[in-house]
Amino acid sequence: MGYILIIISAIFVNNVVLSQFLGICPFLGVSKKISTAAGMGAAVTFVLTLATIVTYLLQQYVLNPFGLQYLQTIAFILVIAALVQMVEIVLKKVSPSLYQALGVFLPLITTNCCILGVAIMVGDGSYNAQGVEVGLLSGVVYAIATAIGFALALILFAGLREHLELMDVPKPLQGMPIALITAGIMALAFIGFSGLV
Amino acid sequence: MNGIIKENPIFVLLLGMCPTLGTTTSAINGLGMGLATTFVLLCSNTVISLLKRFIPDMVRIPSFIVIIATFVTVLQMLLQAYVPTLYDSLGLFIPLIVVNCIVLGRAEAFAAKNSPINSLFDGLGMGLGFALALTLLGSVRELLGSGKIFGCELWSEEYGCLAFVLAPGAFLALGYLVAISKLLNKK
Repeated sequence: MGYILIIISAIFVNNVVLSQFLGICPFLGVSKKISTAAGMGAAVTFVLTLATIVTYLLQQYVLNPFGLQYLQTIAFILVIAALVQMVEIVLKKVSPSLYQALGVFLPLITTNCCILGVAIMVGDGSYNAQGVEVGLLSGVVYAIATAIGFALALILFAGLREHLELMDVPKPLQGMPIALITAGIMALAFIGFSGLV
Repeated sequence: MNGIIKENPIFVLLLGMCPTLGTTTSAINGLGMGLATTFVLLCSNTVISLLKRFIPDMVRIPSFIVIIATFVTVLQMLLQAYVPTLYDSLGLFIPLIVVNCIVLGRAEAFAAKNSPINSLFDGLGMGLGFALALTLLGSVRELLGSGKIFGCELWSEEYGCLAFVLAPGAFLALGYLVAISKLLNKK
């Protein structure tokens, strides 16, 4: 039951983009078309899950035993950057078609703050575990659910923006402002989920 | 000093959106985050500019990230020691300064090509522009949400709209502020 609560809470109630403000840059940057949004969503899901596992193990078996918690930020960002590079190289070799689909988005992911943000939250055990024991399993479930929440918000937003292209928007609001206002209304809609968990 | 108004990182360049939206629940938080980022930007810009001759082109980006992460860690420790209340209210967004696009963006676009003195002032200008934008957004949200600015009550909280302190208000307020700055810049 606890795991289901983690999933629902991370996807809908505490959506990573619309209520925690992590990963806004790709949310605004690659949401012009549904297809690119779906590609970015898939790439983030993949890297976020891997990065959470690796950084959690690093925190538990290297940083904590040696009292190096203050190196967390530097260690995590380096691990994530290296991991993204590795995923890129491996994908290129193993699955060229997947690489073609995700390729452009992979380098962008290093500076996606939702990856580092989730890695730090899981490493510190400061995420909302809904009564389940804080550990690798619940951390990974949380990471996957967060990534799905990110993909969901991104794809929904891209759908709305495709429609916006055809609308007659007042001049000063064109481009980014109207996108931000649309995101605001979406966030308002997501607040409706807040009683759920 | 272009960064403060003409090339304001938030309203014109639209970089570094996550801390902008996440930490501006009140004017004081916005100002705190803005100054914290200014500190990192100032230090990283200067150091990167000093070291630019020794960093090979191939490993440029990872080296920049390590330098930035070092200053963020320093900042994290300073804030924890001297302003613990601000440290608690900014929370996760302090380590996330590392992945703030403005810091890496200025390192790559300016500090890697210019002299240390120029880079120092560029970092200062960009940082102050960022801080100014964050304070403005924080004030607007705090005023509309709870009727206060910097904690001084202007009207009763009952007239405030809670949505502006919550997530949707951040997007709405920023959207309209960007539109207003677009209008002003055109004139």
